[in-house]
Amino acid sequence: MDTTPYVVLSAILFTIGTVGVLTRRNAIVVFMCVELMLNACNLALVAFARQHGNLDGQIAAFFVMVVAAAEVVVGLAIIMTIFRTRRSASVDDASLLKY
Amino acid sequence: MDSTTFVKPTLDYFHLWPILVVLGVAALGVVVEAFVPRARRFATQTVLALAGLVAALVGTVLVGLDLTEVGDGAARGLLTAGGTLVIDGPAVFLWGLVLIFAVGGVLLFAERRLEGGVSAFAGQAAALPGTEAERQAQGLDHTEVYPLMMFAVAGMMIFPTAGDLLTMFVALEVLSLPLYLLCGLARRRRLLSQEAAMKYFLLGAFSSGFFLYGVALVYGFAGSMDLAAIDQAVRADTGNHTLLAIGMGLLAVGLLFKVGAVPFQSWTPDVYQGAPTAVTAFMAAGTKIAAFGAILRLFYVGFGSDRWTWQPMLWVVAILTMVVGAVLAISQSDVKRMLAYSSIAHTGFLLTGVLGVQTSAELADGQVTSLQAILFYLTTYGFSMVAAFAIVTLVRDSGGEATAFDRWAGLGRRSPWVAGAFAFLLLSMAGIPLTGGFVGKWAVFTVAFSAGAWPVVLVAIFSSVVAIYFYVRHIRLMFFTAPTADSAAVVAPSLLTSATIAVGVLATVLLGIVPGPVLDLAGHAGEFIR
Repeated sequence: MDTTPYVVLSAILFTIGTVGVLTRRNAIVVFMCVELMLNACNLALVAFARQHGNLDGQIAAFFVMVVAAAEVVVGLAIIMTIFRTRRSASVDDASLLKY
Repeated sequence: MDSTTFVKPTLDYFHLWPILVVLGVAALGVVVEAFVPRARRFATQTVLALAGLVAALVGTVLVGLDLTEVGDGAARGLLTAGGTLVIDGPAVFLWGLVLIFAVGGVLLFAERRLEGGVSAFAGQAAALPGTEAERQAQGLDHTEVYPLMMFAVAGMMIFPTAGDLLTMFVALEVLSLPLYLLCGLARRRRLLSQEAAMKYFLLGAFSSGFFLYGVALVYGFAGSMDLAAIDQAVRADTGNHTLLAIGMGLLAVGLLFKVGAVPFQSWTPDVYQGAPTAVTAFMAAGTKIAAFGAILRLFYVGFGSDRWTWQPMLWVVAILTMVVGAVLAISQSDVKRMLAYSSIAHTGFLLTGVLGVQTSAELADGQVTSLQAILFYLTTYGFSMVAAFAIVTLVRDSGGEATAFDRWAGLGRRSPWVAGAFAFLLLSMAGIPLTGGFVGKWAVFTVAFSAGAWPVVLVAIFSSVVAIYFYVRHIRLMFFTAPTADSAAVVAPSLLTSATIAVGVLATVLLGIVPGPVLDLAGHAGEFIR
């Protein structure tokens, strides 16, 4: 089976995620874009696992899912606290630290 | 090997003991949070964390003494857990460093005299700043910081030990996630602290996304996550070289972010400034040590035979990092931000060392290897950074720590000892002879020079000179400027912080005057197992 289309798709998803992180203003949306990047990685890992005929990539995808879940816990906690203090989840508003 | 058969990995418990005890204490700390009454938690957690770190440190020494030679004798150690963990000389050396600075971190975390009976962490992180709930939580302590820190320490220990890319990624997250939280837990200036946590988290998650895509592409190239197998695939050059080159670049993005190299440095000053200073001290030393261990292992073991692809990239990054770090530090007006930019400049110097000659086989007798130079540099850097940030916690006014430059004016006249210690640490960071920093700089510059990276060394020397300017300017501010009415004063700390500062300063002095033993120890660590 040719896995190239899957790798290309994962690259497209990864790029969408990256552009989203760089352009979106809402911390939650930025965070969702990061998750999209991680899932693009999963797709690439699984496609390469198929191509090489071993299981390393598939196992890695499971680990990535667990790590992504842990990241959600920590990330949402941080975004929640800052939203409760500032009444805004915009990444532009948090600008006390500069220069 | 048939990929469907499962081979049970053997765990070498004796050699894994330092990691296991740290992880065990971290898990135990979570249980303590649930079952021990609040009044007794602080003492329990502190003692538990310190005992765990000391036990791990003893274990590290024993493991270090026990490593057996492998291959041609350049490396000592073993592979365990199915090859996912490589316990070799450099890894054990880095464990020791991380654990020593973690002990310093726990001592700073446990300091309660400076805030008048409570620690520097928020009483209740969930309580909104300026509300009744926060006032009620005023007398409380967040003792969760100890288990969080122990998890981070475990991640820092696994990171340079990882023998495959997946373990490296998991370790990266295990060390990062607790640090994101710790950054947001300051008792005072909570908005700054929360902002630092959010910036660190979003950028950190972004960079680990890049790291992971790099893992996927390198796996696509080599068909394995194992660093040794990747090395073989690189040597055979059978796969798609474009995949390898892009993957290598993306992995480098993730790792260079963690060490704060330009152009991925923008989080460093904000996070160092916003985080509680005790966390900054621990993070500045620990993260850099762990991430440099991982950079060295990945690029020397995994991609060592393809160095012409990655060396030009590191040349550029090293030059930019040194110049940007040193030049931007000049325009700072806050002590913590200045130290942050100084740590960026140090990253550049360390990267200069990474460009050095890789194996002892390529060297004349008595020359230092790049690994030895970097391990020594990390030692001096860690001691001076931890002690410097510990001193920053002492300079206070009624609103907490006073980190603005003008508040430090004339500090040397009021508290000559503290200001003197800080000045000495700054001189070490600047690399003045007879300090640890000088020997470290000399070591990384010589290894880079002997590897032919003389343009990088020239830039390094130039930026060291620039850096001397802002360090000396701060010393002048402390000693030769008259104190003003709103100059901050030094608050007497408890034994915990004093001990951390004393050990840091003493180590910096000793490493400068008699660097031999530690250099020998770093040399004795040998090479990575390939």
